[in-house]
Amino acid sequence: MIEFKDIKKSFGPKLVLDGVSHVMETGKANLIIGSSGSGKTVLQKCLVGLLEPDEGSISYDGMNFIDMTQEHRKELRQQIGMLFQGSALFDSMTVEDNVKFPLDMFTKGNNSTKLKRVNEVLARVNLEGVNKKYPSEISGGMKKRVGIARAIVLTPKYLFCDEPNSGLDPQTSMLIDKLIYEITREFNMTTIINTHDMNSVMEIGDNILYMKDGRKEWTGNSKDIIFSKNIALNEFIFASEFLQDAKNMRMLEAEGKIDPNDIAHQ
Amino acid sequence: MNFFTHFGRYLLMIKGMMSRPENTKLYWKEFMHQCSEIGVGSLGIVSIISIFMGAVSTVQTAYQLVSPLIPLTTIAQIVRDTVILEFAPTLVCIVLAGVVGSKIASELGNMRVSEQIDALEIMGINTKTYLIMPKIAAAILMIPLLVILAMVLGIYGGRLAGTAAGILSTDTFDKGLMDNFKAYNVFFSLMKAYTFAFIISSIPAYYGYYVKGGSLEIGRSSTSSVVVSCVMILLADYVLAALLL
Repeated sequence: MIEFKDIKKSFGPKLVLDGVSHVMETGKANLIIGSSGSGKTVLQKCLVGLLEPDEGSISYDGMNFIDMTQEHRKELRQQIGMLFQGSALFDSMTVEDNVKFPLDMFTKGNNSTKLKRVNEVLARVNLEGVNKKYPSEISGGMKKRVGIARAIVLTPKYLFCDEPNSGLDPQTSMLIDKLIYEITREFNMTTIINTHDMNSVMEIGDNILYMKDGRKEWTGNSKDIIFSKNIALNEFIFASEFLQDAKNMRMLEAEGKIDPNDIAHQ
Repeated sequence: MNFFTHFGRYLLMIKGMMSRPENTKLYWKEFMHQCSEIGVGSLGIVSIISIFMGAVSTVQTAYQLVSPLIPLTTIAQIVRDTVILEFAPTLVCIVLAGVVGSKIASELGNMRVSEQIDALEIMGINTKTYLIMPKIAAAILMIPLLVILAMVLGIYGGRLAGTAAGILSTDTFDKGLMDNFKAYNVFFSLMKAYTFAFIISSIPAYYGYYVKGGSLEIGRSSTSSVVVSCVMILLADYVLAALLL
C-alpha cells in the first residue's frame, strides 16, 4: 500500500500539485487519470522519488519515503518496478540483456539461473523467441512487454506504469492492460498506472484517482464512474458523443430498463 | 542559468559519483567498454593527426631556420620539444574533445531524454556512479596513453618528413632528438594529459546528464560541451604552463 498526503509541488511560480492525498491499494490496479497538464506524471515521479515534493508525506507500507536516507531508498527501489511511456529500454542491449540487467546488478546467482528467470518472465508477458533482438528491431507493443518483463523480473512489491497504452493500437492496448492487471493480481502488487486511455479506465480501474489542475477531483472505481455526477469527470471521461451514449446505455442497463442481451442480438 | 549555477551543479555531479558501486563486476565491464570506446576508438584519428603534425612542424621549422650558423640538429630539438610540450597533449586533446566529448554528451543526453537514466534510478542504481565514473576513469587511463602515442608518432612523422623533403638526414635528426633532452618535459606533458582527460570526459558528461528536451537539445548540449571543453583545455594549458614550467 502506498499512501500520500497533501503532496505539493511547484516549478517556479507554477503550482503543479496542490495538496493531493490518496491511498494506493495492494493487489489492485490504481489508476491516476486526468487531462494533459493535470499533474499526474509529476505525482507519479514524486511517488517514486524522481522528483522531491515541496510538501507532504509519502509512505510505502508504513515506511516514510520522504525522510528515508539514500541507502534506504536504494533498498526500497529494488522492490519497485516501472514501465515508462517510451519503454526506456537500453538501446545497446538485447531484449535478454535488458531483462537480465536488474538480475546482474542485484543478484548473485549464476548466469544460467538468471537466464532461466529471464525466459520465465518473457514467457509470462507472451514474448518468446526475441531474446537476441535489439529494442530497435521490435514493435512498440513488444517493447512495452519487454519493459514489463524488466520491471517484474525482481518480483517487485510496487509497479508503476506511465501511460502504458500510449502509441499502441486498441487491441494491443487491451492486451497490455490485461497483462498488467493479471500480474498485479498474481504477485499481489501495488500497481499505479498513469493513463488517459478510457478503455483502461473502464476495464481495469479498481481504484481511480481523477486529477484536475493539480488537485484531487474525484476518486472511485470503474463502476462508480458511470453514475458519477462530477461534471469535470464526466466531461473528461465521456468526451465524445459515442462515449456519452455508451454511458447512458450502461446506466439504463444498470437500472434494469434495458436488457443487454436484447442489444447484443440486435 | 548563470556560470555559478552550472559550476555548482557540476561539482555536485562529481561529488555524487563518488559512491560505492552496487555491483563491482558490472562497473568493471562498463569501465572496460569505455576504455575500448575512448582508447581504441580514437587510435586512428590520433595517429593521423600526430604523424602530420610532426611532419608539418619539421618542414616549417626548417623553413624558418635559414641561418647557416644554426645546426640542423636544432630542427629535431624544436620538433621534439614542441610535439612533447604542446602538440601531443593540447592539440590531440582538443581533437579528442570533439571526438570523445561529443560522443559522451550525446550518449548521456539520449539516455536522459529517452528516460533510460530514470529507469536506472528507479532500479536503485546511482546513475552518476554507473554512467559517469567509468567514462572519466577510462578517459584518465586512456588519454595519457594516446598522448604518449602521439608524441612518438609526431616525432616519427617529423623524422620521415625531414628525410623525405631532403631537409636533414635520419642520423642528424636522431642526434638532435637526443641533444638536451629533458625528461621533465614528458612529465609535464603527462600532467597536462591527465588534466585534459578529466576535462574532456567530465564536462560533456555534465552537459549530457542534465540535458532537457529532445533531439535538438541533445545536439545543442553536445556542441556546447565541445566548445566549453576546448576553452577549458586552453585555460588549463596556460595555468599548468605558468605553474609547472
